[in-house]
Amino acid sequence: MSFASASRRKSFGSALTVAAVFVFACLPFLLGHLAGSSAPYWLDVLNTVGLYAILALSLNIILGHAGLFHMGHAAFFAVGAYVSAILNLTFDWPIMATIPAAALAAGLLAGLVAWPVVHLSGDYLLIVTIGIVEIVRIALTNDIFGLTGGPNGLVGISRPEIMGFRLTRPQHFFYLIWGLVAVSVLLFDWLERSRFGRALKYIREDVVAAESMGVNTNKYKILAFVIGAAWAGLAGTVYASRMRTISPESFNFTESVFLFIIVILGGRGNQKGVLLGSFLVMGLPEIFRGFENKRLLVFGAALVIMMIFRPGGLLPARSPGYKLPEPYRSRYKRLPDLSSGGVFNGAGSRANGPNASASEGFASGQAAAPSSGSGESSDSSKVISVDVGQDLVK
Amino acid sequence: MALLSLQKVTKTFGGLVAVSDVSCEVSSDSVVGLIGPNGAGKTTVFNLITGSIRLTEGDIFFDGKSLKGLRPSRIVSLGIARTFQSIRLFQGLSVLDNVLSGCHCRMRSGLFSSLLHLPGQRREEKAVLERAMIELEFVGLAHLFRSAAGSLPYGDQRKLEIARALATDPRFLILDEPAGGMNEQETMTLREIMKAIRKRNITVMLIEHDMSFVMHVCDHLLVMENGQLIAQGAPQEIQKNPKVIEAYLGLEDDDE
Ligand SMILES: Nc1ncnc2c1ncn2[C@@H]1O[C@H](COP(=O)(O)OP(=O)(O)OP(=O)(O)O)[C@@H](O)[C@H]1O
Ligand SMILES: [Mg+2]
Repeated sequence: MSFASASRRKSFGSALTVAAVFVFACLPFLLGHLAGSSAPYWLDVLNTVGLYAILALSLNIILGHAGLFHMGHAAFFAVGAYVSAILNLTFDWPIMATIPAAALAAGLLAGLVAWPVVHLSGDYLLIVTIGIVEIVRIALTNDIFGLTGGPNGLVGISRPEIMGFRLTRPQHFFYLIWGLVAVSVLLFDWLERSRFGRALKYIREDVVAAESMGVNTNKYKILAFVIGAAWAGLAGTVYASRMRTISPESFNFTESVFLFIIVILGGRGNQKGVLLGSFLVMGLPEIFRGFENKRLLVFGAALVIMMIFRPGGLLPARSPGYKLPEPYRSRYKRLPDLSSGGVFNGAGSRANGPNASASEGFASGQAAAPSSGSGESSDSSKVISVDVGQDLVK
Repeated sequence: MALLSLQKVTKTFGGLVAVSDVSCEVSSDSVVGLIGPNGAGKTTVFNLITGSIRLTEGDIFFDGKSLKGLRPSRIVSLGIARTFQSIRLFQGLSVLDNVLSGCHCRMRSGLFSSLLHLPGQRREEKAVLERAMIELEFVGLAHLFRSAAGSLPYGDQRKLEIARALATDPRFLILDEPAGGMNEQETMTLREIMKAIRKRNITVMLIEHDMSFVMHVCDHLLVMENGQLIAQGAPQEIQKNPKVIEAYLGLEDDDE
């Protein structure tokens, strides 16, 4: 694949994305024309998909990037929803003003719970996180602190108000929720390409090597839980104000399982995959009614098949492309992308002769200027100029 | 002056004494080889220095500071970097991502500046990308920066581990069988890399079974057998030391 066609394909791809986002943003109007009286219903479905997308994107930080098996995300969602509802109902806070408190409470709980258990490996962690959802649900049902309303939950939560505009109808919530989805995607994309996001991926790939390269793995695991939970707490606020009524049953283990399935099925570590997963798991059952009751069964089966044939999910994670600084960008621009065929290419260059891969590779300064031929490895050490880089990072 | 000093270091696994009362020093700007037969406890010594496992007894000082009880991630930031005997790259990530992991401990950006893509964070990203490419060019793998680490041939994976360790900006580099699994040509290249590392004033300690490599590269050797340090000195002396010949070099001949 040549460089020119790659870049053309890339710009075509981004144009397509812009068009899709635009059409999506117009959906409330389009649905009004196309679906008539059932338009509000379909908007509600989209809102539910969007809400789960926010939750799944936040779970993706923990499960997808850091690779921590966490099946208790509904607990943090619940804490956010309840904190917002209580502050709103008991203390008369405007619902939007409760967002920081909801996020903080959920993040704090996650930090406290994660602290003693992050060193556990996959399956043990899974069991602990399942326990958390149950503990939170039971605590809510038993009306802890006399604030949660017991099994009946809380009723009469305010509608959100943004700069004096009260959000009441499905189309209003459509923009709030999908706006938040967009914000989540953007922020988490930046996060993925950063020191923090990379640290999580190193932990997922090899926790021992990550620690040996300077990543304080326990700290980063806890932080992954905290940031993922805080974002789920924010989603809880939106949920509470959209439903106006919340009860412990809205946050049971099944919700956690659905979120888990969305991330694994869609593609852990890939935000596009997670969005796709949200549509499949939360949207499809609404289109094919009757399918709804068998949802867990169907997606459970899908998951099993997936693990065998496509363990990375529908859209597996990929290393993010970096924009190399000069002179490296132009120096390595025209080289073919070896990401898929690396083994093949490596073996090939070796087969060309014993010298091909080693000496050429070591005198890498010459790789850009292929004129010099195969330099003796002894003088190639002159090419290496290390001092340039010595204090860059300090 | 001694950069690293081991004082009566002991490590037991259950009843097995893997390292027994080892004391030694590594002086700045030297290349020290740690040799000995299989199971002698060499890798265990490296794991103790880097904090991967805890000391049973004794203490280790780096630049006069005790490393006892420090997390591996903390020890890296003090300037000790390592590679692994059984290659431990982040297999599924790109070559570039792997080297960037080394830069982690020299970076400052935290959660919020990363989440919000702040200007300071972007500047830092640019600087570490540059640093990572410099290290990749240093070992001759820069042109493969996009490939998945797990897809590289064995020898290249070893070099990538070295690049990753160098990206931590170490003063002290620990290599566990760097030439393991390399063909002759690759081993020659590795020797050149070792020369270049020496020019960077990085102190090196390495384990290696390839004796001609050790004799060429190292200026001081430590010999272990059954968890004990049985000899040390210049390579030429060690070669003649009867204890060593009996324990190690003789055995090597039997093996190969
Ligand atoms: N984590 C561990 N738990 C239990 N025993 C261990 C552990 N690590 C090493 N050992 C044991 O300690 C002894 C020394 O092992 P070590 O890996 O240090 O040897 P080595 O000198 O590096 O050998 P080789 O040349 O084969 O790599 C061996 O008997 C080994 O089985
Ligand atoms: Mg070993």
